Amino acid sequence: MIAELGNVTLVIALVLSILLAIYPLWGAQTNNPTLMSLARPLAIGLFVFTLIAYIALTHSFIVDDFSLSYVAQNSNSKLPIYYKITAVWGGHEGSFLLWVLIFAIWTVAVALFSNGIPEKMLARVLSVLGMVSISFYLFMLITSNPFDSMLPFFPVDGRDLNPLLQDFGMIIHPPMLYMGYVGFSVAFAFAIAALIGGQLDSTWARWSRPWTIAAWAFLTLGLALGSWWAYYELGWGGWWFWDPVENAAFMPWLAGTALMHSLAVTEKRKVFKSWTVLLAIAAFSLSLLGTFLVRSGVLVSVHSFASDPARGLFILGLLVVVIGGSLLLYALRASQLKSVGRYDLFSREMMLMGNNVLLCAATVVVLLGTLFPLVHKEIGLGSISIGAPFFNQMFTLLVVPFVFFLGVGPLTRWKKQKPSALKHQLLLAFFLAFSAGVVVIFSYDEYSQLALLGITMSFWILVATVLEVRQRVASPLKDETTYQTLKKLTPSHWGMVFGHVGFAVCLIGITLVSNYEKEMDVRVKIGQTLQMADYDIKFIGVESIKGPNYTADRGIFDIYKHGILINHLEPEKRFYTVQQMPMTEAGIHTTLTRDLFIAMGEPLKGGDWAIQLYYKPFVVWIWGGAFIMSIGAAFSISDKRYRIKKIAQFTRRTKSKTTSAANLEPSVAKESTL
Amino acid sequence: MNRRRKQRLFAVSAAFVLLAAAIGVMLYSLNDSIDVFYTPSEIHNGKEATGNKPIVGQRLRIGGLVVPGSINRANDSLNVSFDLVDTGPKVKVEYNGILPDLFREGQGIIATGELKTPTLIVAHEVLAKHDEEYMPPELAEQLKGMNQFKPANAKDTKAGQY
Repeated sequence: MIAELGNVTLVIALVLSILLAIYPLWGAQTNNPTLMSLARPLAIGLFVFTLIAYIALTHSFIVDDFSLSYVAQNSNSKLPIYYKITAVWGGHEGSFLLWVLIFAIWTVAVALFSNGIPEKMLARVLSVLGMVSISFYLFMLITSNPFDSMLPFFPVDGRDLNPLLQDFGMIIHPPMLYMGYVGFSVAFAFAIAALIGGQLDSTWARWSRPWTIAAWAFLTLGLALGSWWAYYELGWGGWWFWDPVENAAFMPWLAGTALMHSLAVTEKRKVFKSWTVLLAIAAFSLSLLGTFLVRSGVLVSVHSFASDPARGLFILGLLVVVIGGSLLLYALRASQLKSVGRYDLFSREMMLMGNNVLLCAATVVVLLGTLFPLVHKEIGLGSISIGAPFFNQMFTLLVVPFVFFLGVGPLTRWKKQKPSALKHQLLLAFFLAFSAGVVVIFSYDEYSQLALLGITMSFWILVATVLEVRQRVASPLKDETTYQTLKKLTPSHWGMVFGHVGFAVCLIGITLVSNYEKEMDVRVKIGQTLQMADYDIKFIGVESIKGPNYTADRGIFDIYKHGILINHLEPEKRFYTVQQMPMTEAGIHTTLTRDLFIAMGEPLKGGDWAIQLYYKPFVVWIWGGAFIMSIGAAFSISDKRYRIKKIAQFTRRTKSKTTSAANLEPSVAKESTL
Repeated sequence: MNRRRKQRLFAVSAAFVLLAAAIGVMLYSLNDSIDVFYTPSEIHNGKEATGNKPIVGQRLRIGGLVVPGSINRANDSLNVSFDLVDTGPKVKVEYNGILPDLFREGQGIIATGELKTPTLIVAHEVLAKHDEEYMPPELAEQLKGMNQFKPANAKDTKAGQY
């Protein structure tokens, strides 16, 4: 009964999205305010009905309604209740429903928190979002409906959720990732709406900036969570595998980072206009491509969903329509995208252009590395795979000039910079960074050129960022203290500082863990002590335990540093009874400067165990850096420039439309929490 | 040529040189990290289409079913060897380390490593996917019609995912 309700609401949502795609746009083209004003209620309706469908599916999971084939395949009556709720997105169909729900959340957020944007622009943006949602709802109803019933023959119990997904990281990783993935559709919608309206001054860049930054922040967190989850849950001790599906999420991130920076240039300097539009189209297309790769079954990956050619074809078709359609529109309007500003060879514009080119190059590298094996196979040359060395090599080459620009960029002026004025600062930054690199490298017992390079680059960013803040503070009014001038820096400025520092932190983590990690696959006897770095690890024994839906062998290890007991780790080898699937649950001891990681391998003859032991210096810095970057994004979004009031004033000036500022106050508060 | 044109010419040619260099580096580095996939029969007889046989010393990927009873674990170390098979003759794989959770007899696995003799591979990585019904598509194609292989029903197969 509830399931049928879900089905019906999905169909209603489809109808609403069709209306949303047509009427407001029509209204905007024919100057009909009634039609335009339909945009908001339609967006809200879309959200409400999708939410009902989502709740209906969650309900089916909670009450163990195994007559739904999706529930039967992804849940089990013994599954703990919180995993039943998260199992909703444990498979293809349900995770797509979550995807669509998140899309509806972004749509309704745009509808509600954009009071200052002219009615026409908003109507167009929402219409574009409506068009995209039509395809999503159709896709779900035609090829992957989570409410498909197994009646009259349904199983007594479900096949259980994949044990890998029964974990905390799994609860938050997909929603975060989807928020980011789907969020780029908003930037896309703004760009397309601007193209449709022919309103190609830089105002659309200002409107779409906070949305782009928000989407980017979610994607950053989603990727970091995914990497963290893979690290502690897959028991391989790695944090990034260049797995095609990771790549699929990494490409929109790279393009999104480029977009975020290019939007800044377009908004402030009115240049790079066509470039920005293309990047907005690219970021969203890459999100769609990612969806296609993950859900069509063309990829061999840990992540791939059950394959069904119809799904792949549908998304491929959608991809062609989106890319083709938007490029056609772009071609028609490109002549109006004249950039007016002038800038010199050495200017902040050029630095940002360098950064953009390198980010795009990185995107192309990942794209090539991911698609090449597919193409190779499709044209009949046989199966090949492209290993991590390719990506590592290319990224090492790309990151050096990227970091150089990243350090210099914020110090440079817009339009024109005298090189001599920066010479001292840059030399100082390089000297400090290099010394820091040497000091850090000599604190480890082996020398590594790559580590020296990585640490120098990280400190180059850090020092340059400090110098940049100092530059801002250096010329205060006479009676101001440094603290007062610091306080005057805008939140979006702090956003940049945090973003760059976060990247440096991430880079430190990546450098140290890739160059100085230690790994040991060993056979241990009970009572034996192993040595790794400064630590002695004693294998006490193994005990059998029983969990709610699994049994496990739990290894017990004591960890000593210089003879003093500092910790106790209990990695497990679990066996999930319903799916008949073994799982490794690593034991990890984390501190700020290193992780100790123990994973149970397999039992061997005579009570011995094969275990895997890792010493990973500074590995948490990788995720910490990503977290700091997202904090930076939050700062940027909170900047007053983007608040409705300011934009409303702007609109009032241009359109002499009177809006009471008091009315806007509540939504201002709401938006800042986004 | 006036100054502006000169600048533009300079910019365009610089972009071209950079692009060419980038593609060159990319292809060079691709060449080093492509691993061609073989099945055990292809290692013996060469690829069906081209007849290409892998050369000793080459890095490659192999996929096949673990032959029941062939897993041989050393008593005092983590050295292990096992045989892989598809429709034809067997190939031996040696590995030092911990095998993945789902590694077991009759299971389809993929190993990456170096060909030491014409029928022995020393692997540095062994992968078994996270689902016991999972079959690497490359392998499934090769194994059509084989007895040990139960054709996967698309509806029931659930690969690991996020």
